[in-house]
Amino acid sequence: MKILYCNCTYAKVVPLEVKKDVLRRLSDSGQAFDAVADLCDMSARKDPALNKIASGGCTKIAACYPRAVKWLFHAAGTPVPDEGIKVLNMREDSADNIVRELLT
Amino acid sequence: MTRTEGKNLRVVLYEGPGSTRLEDDERFQTLSTLLDNGFEVTRPVAGQEVAPADDAPVLVLGLLDKHPPATPGQEVHFRSLSDGDPLGAAREVRETTGARKLEAWKPWFPVIDFDRCTNCMQCLTFCLFDVYGVDKQQQITVQNEDNCKTDCPACSRVCPEVAILFPKYGKGPINGDIVKEEDIQREAMKVDISTLLGGDLYGALRTRQRDARKRFSTERDESKALLERKRCLSKLKKDLDIPDEVLMTLPTAEDIEERTARARAKLEKRQAKSQTVRDKQATTTDWGI
Repeated sequence: MKILYCNCTYAKVVPLEVKKDVLRRLSDSGQAFDAVADLCDMSARKDPALNKIASGGCTKIAACYPRAVKWLFHAAGTPVPDEGIKVLNMREDSADNIVRELLT
Repeated sequence: MTRTEGKNLRVVLYEGPGSTRLEDDERFQTLSTLLDNGFEVTRPVAGQEVAPADDAPVLVLGLLDKHPPATPGQEVHFRSLSDGDPLGAAREVRETTGARKLEAWKPWFPVIDFDRCTNCMQCLTFCLFDVYGVDKQQQITVQNEDNCKTDCPACSRVCPEVAILFPKYGKGPINGDIVKEEDIQREAMKVDISTLLGGDLYGALRTRQRDARKRFSTERDESKALLERKRCLSKLKKDLDIPDEVLMTLPTAEDIEERTARARAKLEKRQAKSQTVRDKQATTTDWGI
């Protein structure tokens, strides 16, 4: 199981306290993870790094709306598989719930 | 929107053998600073999975006891956090490796939800900035992301299926939130621009201009005309959430008429030229007989 955290660096649409809290607890957890500055930016650049994230088994992604994340990957030419990807929405959900989902 | 090309530097925050474990605060601050400055960071832990390596340059950061040997086939750089600040190290390696430089920008472009899109092409017809195109399969596609006007979600407003997302937009469903039945109905009501304007946008603009000329030629009140224009633009802005910058770049009815007139004149000139050639050929034939 891989974990990907999106910092949504280039816009203030994810509540700051939620994303910082999630990052802090992920950082303290002893869990391995990948963190990207901004998935939208990577999608716009069709960054091949998205491919390595999308492929290779189960992944939990802490970012924003699942519909947005799904089509951002698709727009970059690296569609995520229907199975094995779980997107957690930091725009709507609490840090507690996100971290619980990430770490279990 | 301005985007820059190139590979991103991947920073690996290393705390394994040959290094000293970071304090929790230091680890978090390092992660946070690097991400806020646009770097990608991987925190590996023995026995756990992270994204595999690719050919992007890598910076290994940590409280390193000594510099480990370079990994063959990969551009890997090592910096110890005891030697300086992580952001400085990341910037320095980015320069050295020629990795992508970061610029302050907002990744703003439409993302199509193909589960909803019916390929009706309304977005392509509506967008004045050539953002959309069609692929070889005649499927709508976003082909010029760079042309998109930051903070303008107008094309998503005209999509009858609510299939266009702007993930950085504030409100749902344009931001990617779940599409509800009332969203579809609301969008359908307000977005059918061609219906609102009687089926022909440019025709409607011409009619509007003609009516306005009639009205204002008798009133001779230019300030009133200006106020009317401002009122209409404000309404358009409110209805479609179009930023001022985009409204200012919309062609006026005069621009459209001018372009049409130019195109027509060109066509007439070409037709006249063809006619002359035909006449000349006919005359030559007559002469030959």
